[in-house]
Amino acid sequence: MTTESPWLDTLMALIVFTNLRLLGSSRLGACIRTVALQGVFLGLLPLIAHSNDLDWRIVLLAFAGMALKAGVFPWLFFRALRGAKVRREMEPYVGYSLSLLAGIASFAVALWVGSALELPNRAISPLLVPVALSTMLVGLFVIVSRRKALTQALGYLAFENGIYAFGIGIAHEAPFLVEAGILLDVFVAVFVMGIAIFHIRREFDSIDTAALSSLRD
Amino acid sequence: MSAAGLAPPLLGLALAPLLLGIVSRTKALFAGRRGAPLLQPYHDLARLLKKGAVYSPTTTWAFRATPVVTLAAGIAVLFVLPFGSLPALLAFDGDFLLFAALLAAARFFTIVGAFDTASSFPALGASREATFSALAEPALLLSVAVLTYLTGSLSLSTMLGAITGLEWRQAGPALVLVAAALFVVLLAECSRIPIDDPGTHLELTMIHEVMVLDHGGPDLAFVLYGSALKLWALAALVAGLLVPVRTGQVALDGLAFLGGMIGLAIVLGVVESTMARLRLHRVPQLLVGASAFAVLALLLALR
Repeated sequence: MTTESPWLDTLMALIVFTNLRLLGSSRLGACIRTVALQGVFLGLLPLIAHSNDLDWRIVLLAFAGMALKAGVFPWLFFRALRGAKVRREMEPYVGYSLSLLAGIASFAVALWVGSALELPNRAISPLLVPVALSTMLVGLFVIVSRRKALTQALGYLAFENGIYAFGIGIAHEAPFLVEAGILLDVFVAVFVMGIAIFHIRREFDSIDTAALSSLRD
Repeated sequence: MSAAGLAPPLLGLALAPLLLGIVSRTKALFAGRRGAPLLQPYHDLARLLKKGAVYSPTTTWAFRATPVVTLAAGIAVLFVLPFGSLPALLAFDGDFLLFAALLAAARFFTIVGAFDTASSFPALGASREATFSALAEPALLLSVAVLTYLTGSLSLSTMLGAITGLEWRQAGPALVLVAAALFVVLLAECSRIPIDDPGTHLELTMIHEVMVLDHGGPDLAFVLYGSALKLWALAALVAGLLVPVRTGQVALDGLAFLGGMIGLAIVLGVVESTMARLRLHRVPQLLVGASAFAVLALLLALR
């Protein structure tokens, strides 16, 4: 296992790039594709990191993850998007330029935390912990700073991507069942969100979550 | 200081309008036309130089100084730029600050000259130029800061000279981000298409062209030549970064660098042909994104 692999570093930089694109893009379609791309990069991560000692378990999980994150989820989200008549995230709580700066700040914080964090296992790359942490922070930031239910679901997915990256990089001996279980959990969560978005839209003609706060019983 | 040291500025002076010719030829090919000859910008400059100048009675010396200062700054910038592995004539520690300052001086005078016409139209462009260039400058300086950190050098010549294939293997992601940031700065500073449209004079969204609307004859030639030199200077930064051919043979490195410049001009033409101009309120976002790239590269390099 080589820790100084340039491909691994490139992949890390690409994951950070997808984070920034998620923060800076106003088109929902572009956001969905960005998160799907992030899923592909994450799927490639274990394949490149363990390219010397690949076994069927790693390959299977990586491809299952990629199929789910780059195939099924985008399809579900695009289906929800077709129903809802929105193409753009208008008027987010935090503007796009400021979001980009927040993304950079989150990466800086993650680098600092990552250097201070004592880990039992050595990560596959010195960049892995910062990238995973900043992906989680960006996911959380998207959840709180956007109004549309769909974008918030994408934020949740980015958050989960961060956890997944963390898991791959630190504990590559995690049992197959646990990892498969996490994938299944995420699948169910996204499925439920897709349905919820669909129903919110049918009820209120909009997937703007700010409209939900005006509900009275 | 030797005769060879004079080559980078002289080649820059001679070849800068050619870049514009290549860009417009690429755009023409994309549009399905044959396009103007590659040397058309030289003919344009020669034609303009033969004309007389007309000055509005409301303008002052500031308006007349604008073309001279723009051209002087454009020429001066060439003296701190390396050409391939050939170091610049005036390479000293911190010359990238002079580089940025000369570009800023040219911009300042263009803006002052635009306001001096007392016409609201150039003033509109001037205010936009001031906003966007203020956002582009951090991206430029942060990118150079990354290069400084990676190569441990404070001079553009040694900095770009130290970017080799080995450097790319060691710090590839950071260098890609820096190149992307510098490319966006190039697009913004040289008023190319996603930011500004150099081909139009009569739209409300234009920036650079509207500021020089009142210049004519030799003055316009000076302004056009100055902006061609500015394009050459910024493209030289990007090409020096992207073409890490440092064999030690001056001629070979110079040819590789020249090839990089021509390739970059073609890329510019392709970008201009395939992209639409951004809406004005999206432009700051792109420039902040470029700065974000540069900061990210800095963080990657610092870790």
